[in-house]
Amino acid sequence: MNILVCITSVPDTTAKITFTDNDTKLNKAGVQLIIGPYDDYALSRAVELKEQAAGKVTVLHVGGADADPQIRKALALGADEAIRVDVEPADSYDTAVQIAHIARQNSYDLILMGRESIDYNSGIVHGLVAEMLDLPSYSPVMKLDINGSTATITREIDGGKEVLEASLPLVLGCQEPIAEWKSPSMKGIMTARTKPLQVVPPVETEQLSVTGKYTLPAPKGACKMIPADAAETLIRLLQTEAKVI
Amino acid sequence: MSVLIYIELDKGSVKKTSFGAIQYGAMIAAKLGTTTTALSLGTANSSELEQAGHHGAAKVLHVADPRLDHENSLAYAEALVQAAEQEESEVIIIPKSGLGDAVAARAGARLKAAVVSGITGLPEITGDTFRVTKRIFSGKAFASIDMAAARKILVIQKNAIETDENATGSPAQVEAFSPVLSEAGFKAKVISTEKVTNEISLTEAEIIVSGGRGLKGPENWHLLLDLASALGAATGCSKPVSDLDWRPHHEHIGQTGIKVTPGLYIACGISGAIQHLAGVNGSRCIVVINKDPEAPFFKSADYGIVGDIFEILPRLTDAARKLR
Repeated sequence: MNILVCITSVPDTTAKITFTDNDTKLNKAGVQLIIGPYDDYALSRAVELKEQAAGKVTVLHVGGADADPQIRKALALGADEAIRVDVEPADSYDTAVQIAHIARQNSYDLILMGRESIDYNSGIVHGLVAEMLDLPSYSPVMKLDINGSTATITREIDGGKEVLEASLPLVLGCQEPIAEWKSPSMKGIMTARTKPLQVVPPVETEQLSVTGKYTLPAPKGACKMIPADAAETLIRLLQTEAKVI
Repeated sequence: MSVLIYIELDKGSVKKTSFGAIQYGAMIAAKLGTTTTALSLGTANSSELEQAGHHGAAKVLHVADPRLDHENSLAYAEALVQAAEQEESEVIIIPKSGLGDAVAARAGARLKAAVVSGITGLPEITGDTFRVTKRIFSGKAFASIDMAAARKILVIQKNAIETDENATGSPAQVEAFSPVLSEAGFKAKVISTEKVTNEISLTEAEIIVSGGRGLKGPENWHLLLDLASALGAATGCSKPVSDLDWRPHHEHIGQTGIKVTPGLYIACGISGAIQHLAGVNGSRCIVVINKDPEAPFFKSADYGIVGDIFEILPRLTDAARKLR
């Protein structure tokens, strides 16, 4: 089985977000970059599936060289090889075009990624890639089993979940608890150094949207404190002042 | 050339968030000097669909194919693309959800549209510039984006605008619509479906009461459920609470759980870790009740009470009951 796992390289969930270059770039100084948490689960499941049935896991990242440590970590977690498309993508569409281009050159039975990146939170790349490749896609997938060419998927739907069976190839957006969360072993870290990381140029895309400035949320006004012995006042304030009940 | 709005149904009725999306679309249509058309997929009662008119839709295209009662991003996108072509819609509005994102992505790829998901507020439209603001970094920041393609798909956050519940337009004209749906969309076999019933959905709820480890155990949850029922609220919890199995996983609110944007979020015994804040920072009003005055959540709150939640919750419940 041939699995492609697309990973993002994003600031750690606890990072304080600031911008530079006149608010047009993320300030990466002092920010710890990690593999996107949802992508991490997708990768872990891919490695588990590869261990069950013979196969290969390829990690793909669309972005600059500052993601190489995260790509090496993915290799340390058990991926066999990596590809980095060397471009800062303009938007989700650009990212999807690059992923679809790589996918067309190989035949993958599964294309996995996180349900969304935790920087842009759009959750649309899997759908875009699937449409470009004319494949079915499901997200968010919480459980995935493969039997021959059939995938059994548990996904979240509005107000619940459902189990379905679909034929490979598929594109899936993943989230916990699809796999055990893993940290790399010493052996993994050692072997990752010599696994292939291929850097390829991007294909040209049309730019459908242009990102301008970033802004931080307006500072919250002071929190109005209500004494515990007058807790009932809160309900009145919520009704008459905040007008939310 | 109308503004097209994809509306979601819940048991044959239009969801509240979709009424909000219609009002949002109608405001853009007014700005562009055009009309508003809604698209509804699956079994629905015509009189329910006519209500879209009260919120500003002149027309509802209804695809009454029962196969679409089941979430299906591929078939939904095919229907949306054909509706957009028939109506010559350049602006398409979709309420944000996992399904909404998937439909937007597929339709966007087919239409070569600019797709932006997580939009807050109305777009700024001046001359040829169509500028939107979207949430990024789970609400820790915002990005301003110019949607440059001729067709634009806007996936909007709940509460992107203040909606008027007592909208009073005339009923919409409901038209049957029969797009060509490919077999490819119906190949997957559904083995089982499990839906939580009789609960207010977290993503739809206007009020959410949420609990953390401060409640000390699942046996104390009735205090929180009582307040929620008095307020007509949905209930949520922090990650540690769902990790400890005090509450089901689908109630977990936060960066890696459900992200919510209700009008009112009441956090009981939740300290306010940055990952939890990422799931709630789009709420209009936040109330924090915690015994620790240093809990970081107070910094993000509009109202706060420092004290014992076991005493405070029943008092709030009593006060809330008196309102009804």
